[in-house]
Amino acid sequence: MIRLQGIERIFDVGGQQEHALRDINLCVERGDYISIMGPSGSGKSTLLNIIGLLDRPSAGRYEFEQRDITALSDNEQAQVRREHIGFVFQFFHLIPRLTAAENIELPLVLSGVPTAQRRARVAQTLKAYGLAERAHHRPEQLSGGQRQRVAIGRATIIEPGLLLADEPTGNLDRTSGHEVVEILEQLNARGITLVVVTHDPELGQRARRRLHMVDGAIVEDMGHGA
Amino acid sequence: MTLSDHLGYAFTALRGARLRSGLMLLAMAIGVAAVVVLSALGEGARRYVVGEFASLGTHLLIVLPGRNETTGGAPPLVSETPRDLTLDDAEALKRSRHVRLVAPINVGAATVSWGGREREAVVMGATHEIYEVRHFTMAQGSFLPHGDVRHPQPVAVLGARVKRELFGAAPALGERIRIGERRFRVIGVLQEQGQSLGMNTDDLAIIPVMAAQSLFNVNTLFRILVEAPSREAIEPAQRHVIATLKARHDGEEDVTVITQESVLATFDRILGALTMTVSGIAAISLVVAGVLIMNVMLVAVAQRTAEIGLLKALGAPARAIQYLFLAEAALLSLLGAAIGLAIGQASTALLRHLYPALPFGAPLWAIIAAILVALGTGLAFGVLPARRAARLDPVQALARR
Repeated sequence: MIRLQGIERIFDVGGQQEHALRDINLCVERGDYISIMGPSGSGKSTLLNIIGLLDRPSAGRYEFEQRDITALSDNEQAQVRREHIGFVFQFFHLIPRLTAAENIELPLVLSGVPTAQRRARVAQTLKAYGLAERAHHRPEQLSGGQRQRVAIGRATIIEPGLLLADEPTGNLDRTSGHEVVEILEQLNARGITLVVVTHDPELGQRARRRLHMVDGAIVEDMGHGA
Repeated sequence: MTLSDHLGYAFTALRGARLRSGLMLLAMAIGVAAVVVLSALGEGARRYVVGEFASLGTHLLIVLPGRNETTGGAPPLVSETPRDLTLDDAEALKRSRHVRLVAPINVGAATVSWGGREREAVVMGATHEIYEVRHFTMAQGSFLPHGDVRHPQPVAVLGARVKRELFGAAPALGERIRIGERRFRVIGVLQEQGQSLGMNTDDLAIIPVMAAQSLFNVNTLFRILVEAPSREAIEPAQRHVIATLKARHDGEEDVTVITQESVLATFDRILGALTMTVSGIAAISLVVAGVLIMNVMLVAVAQRTAEIGLLKALGAPARAIQYLFLAEAALLSLLGAAIGLAIGQASTALLRHLYPALPFGAPLWAIIAAILVALGTGLAFGVLPARRAARLDPVQALARR
């Protein structure tokens, strides 16, 4: 599904060049469950951003479903994100003035799905994540776990092939964190490719394939091909 | 994203920052209201003046003696004394199909007296035609009769105030009054009409034109009023008048013909320009409101950086984000314009109520222009913030919380 070849990412920090990613080579198969771990500044979030097309590599080649997308324009990349990639963030990134239902609806709005169809899919998603009764609550009226479930609902309503989660439990207590992980794993069980970036070894160990990064390079790749 | 999605999203964004949006709406509303009220004032003045002119008669030409023209250059060596207008001139003008009525008039001041009372009055020598040309209406009795202009009966028609001050409540019809050294019989009293272009008909005493000539001991006319049968006939009538009088005055063009149209058009133009100017000045406040919109939108972009990053992560193309912020600016301007329009129209209605004589009312062009300028400045000043939002780097934008 994803093939990264010789990916480099160089940031220009105050005139000094800083290698955030060095020669990353990575193949991700459809349905994989991968965790990326490593200390702060090891480049794991940068890698996730590049996989998610939020950032462009300085060098290297990125194939997404057999298609070279390194050279796509911003608008074409936006379309790939809109149709194939879902994001879950540490800080949820819900829009505070919109209700849970409206937040979940947002990707459909951006894709121009007709209103009637939108309603049905949002209702279905709310139900699937146990949020039906919270549909008209705003984020500030929801618990952390509920917020992250809304965010997962928003990420999955477009039925993406790839779900990227950046510290999805980093801002949650143990119970809600566990709940969220289970939801993500259920999604993976149903075929979604899941990539999780985390500090938390316990969460990281759950993945079938575990990458360890240090100083912008993948130093360990466990479970691959197992 | 459809247009209604853009507007719906923008609306939630505006609702999310109530105070800020409210202040913006106020600024825009004040601008639009100012345009509406000021243009209504200007338009009211214009309509008032035009209305006054229209009351003078509709297709009127005013003939006055003398060439009223500044040509510059050296004064002529042979002096050209303009000939006066005479009754014969007036008679001659009647012979054209482009002329419906000819009303020669003479004006002077004389003492009017009855019983023990006397009063200075403006005495107008006229013929029956003036009745129609000036749209007089009678309160009592009848106007000057048709008949031989050269041998008139000694009759007079009094303006409302002249009648009141001489006779009080006593009946005036049939009474004999003295004007200057002559006696006249009162045959009619004019309806009170008030001021009409600087001449107050209430202060008039109207007598046959020949009687006025002998009263003032002249054989000339002050003016000849000519009414054309239609608007289209005004120009041919003007040519006819000039040609006829030139022929009668030994080939010298020594009269001036003012058409009511030209006077009216001039006033219309001047006051129209004034209205435009005043509205234009008011429109500056709209531009100020536009700058405010830009300010607010820039703050909104800064405050909603994380939201913009999220939209980008969800796959919103730069264009969609730009449109979202433009839709916000457009909504602000349109809502502001609507509120301003309501305030403006209410103030105009209040003004009409306070000064019923003046026909205040914002012209349609001013209303449409105000709305378009409001929308235009909103969008124009919204472009910069919207571009800034669209250009944000998603990774950095998402890092901001």
